[in-house]
Amino acid sequence: MDKIPILRMGRLLLVTIQVDMHDRLALQLQEDLTDRIVAVRAQGVLLDISSLEVVDSFIGRMISNIAAMARVLDAETVVVGMQPAVAITLVELGLSLEGVRTALNVERGMALLNERLVEEGR
Amino acid sequence: MPATAGQTLRNLISRDQKELLAAWIQSQLAATTLRSDLMREGELREQSREFLELIKGAIDSGDYANTEAGNWSAVRDFLTGISRARAQRGFSPTETATFVLSLKQPLFERIRGALGGDAQALADELWLASLLLDRLGLFTMEAFQKSREAVIQSQQRELLELSTPVVQLWENILALPLIGTLDSERTQIVMESLLQKIVTTGAGLAIIDITGVPTVDTLVAQHLLKTVAAARLMGADCIISGIRPQIAQTIVHLGVDLSAVTTKATLADAFLVALRRTQAKLPQGTAAQP
Repeated sequence: MDKIPILRMGRLLLVTIQVDMHDRLALQLQEDLTDRIVAVRAQGVLLDISSLEVVDSFIGRMISNIAAMARVLDAETVVVGMQPAVAITLVELGLSLEGVRTALNVERGMALLNERLVEEGR
Repeated sequence: MPATAGQTLRNLISRDQKELLAAWIQSQLAATTLRSDLMREGELREQSREFLELIKGAIDSGDYANTEAGNWSAVRDFLTGISRARAQRGFSPTETATFVLSLKQPLFERIRGALGGDAQALADELWLASLLLDRLGLFTMEAFQKSREAVIQSQQRELLELSTPVVQLWENILALPLIGTLDSERTQIVMESLLQKIVTTGAGLAIIDITGVPTVDTLVAQHLLKTVAAARLMGADCIISGIRPQIAQTIVHLGVDLSAVTTKATLADAFLVALRRTQAKLPQGTAAQP
């Protein structure tokens, strides 16, 4: 079964979703990511969904779950690169990902996370 | 006599074409539905002549009563063209249909002249001629209606495109001046064009200006909030500006919660906030101070 790679950059984790998400893959990612956050004591997670063309309510919920789980583990999640069509679908589904930070691309997402690290003096 | 049914009409149209045309034009020119302000007499004459010519061709070449058949295609095309032209010039439906239906009177007169003594044959011929012209008249109306609908549709499309421009005010700052009522369909288009523009320009801030929105009810507010939420998902913040006093009152009375969105009274205020938030570099000698 294929997996979504989780890259480590210092105290940040970078997850790039390059394949079509299906439900089992999403659950696997949730598990892997929480494990990695604990293992590397990560402070931020960058979730790049720029290649994600289609979402359903399950995937939308999964994104918001990942963010919530990461927050419990004291890591902030930034979702970057969402496609217009995906954004519209999520809003129509009533999933506006409250509490999840967003950015237009990886660069800005990285800047957001670094700002937070600097603010907290870590 | 079914074998010769339609024979008189056929003969009449081919033999008395000139007289028929003259009488027909005469009656068209005398009719109250004549629009000499929209169409010159010469053009009407030319159209009438061509129409009779085409009918003659169609009748000569085969099936006579079935105007859907192939031999009538030239007549149908001609009528479609006329209807479209008249619809665009502003003819009324009656005025357009009269073009075909006014042929009845001169044609019937000639049929009566030819078959005056034979009541049976006269009735048959009249019925056939009437049927034929009615069909052509209905076809004209249909074409007229279709071209009117096409005009309306293209106008609607243009209106939608016209009314939802997304403009770039500054580096990283977009403005979306909304004009007119927001319904679900328009919200969809507004949302799509805003999000697309966010992608192409990489803007991090969008100002939605609702000065031109006449009323804000719960539905419109919900649509606005949806747009804001979608932009936020893409990583762009939104400011809503141009809220008129009455609209502020309505929003509060309706219990719409806009507390999650930055709101400003004027576009100028919103622009200042946007400049400061994006830490925009201004030209020398100016400053983004209120």
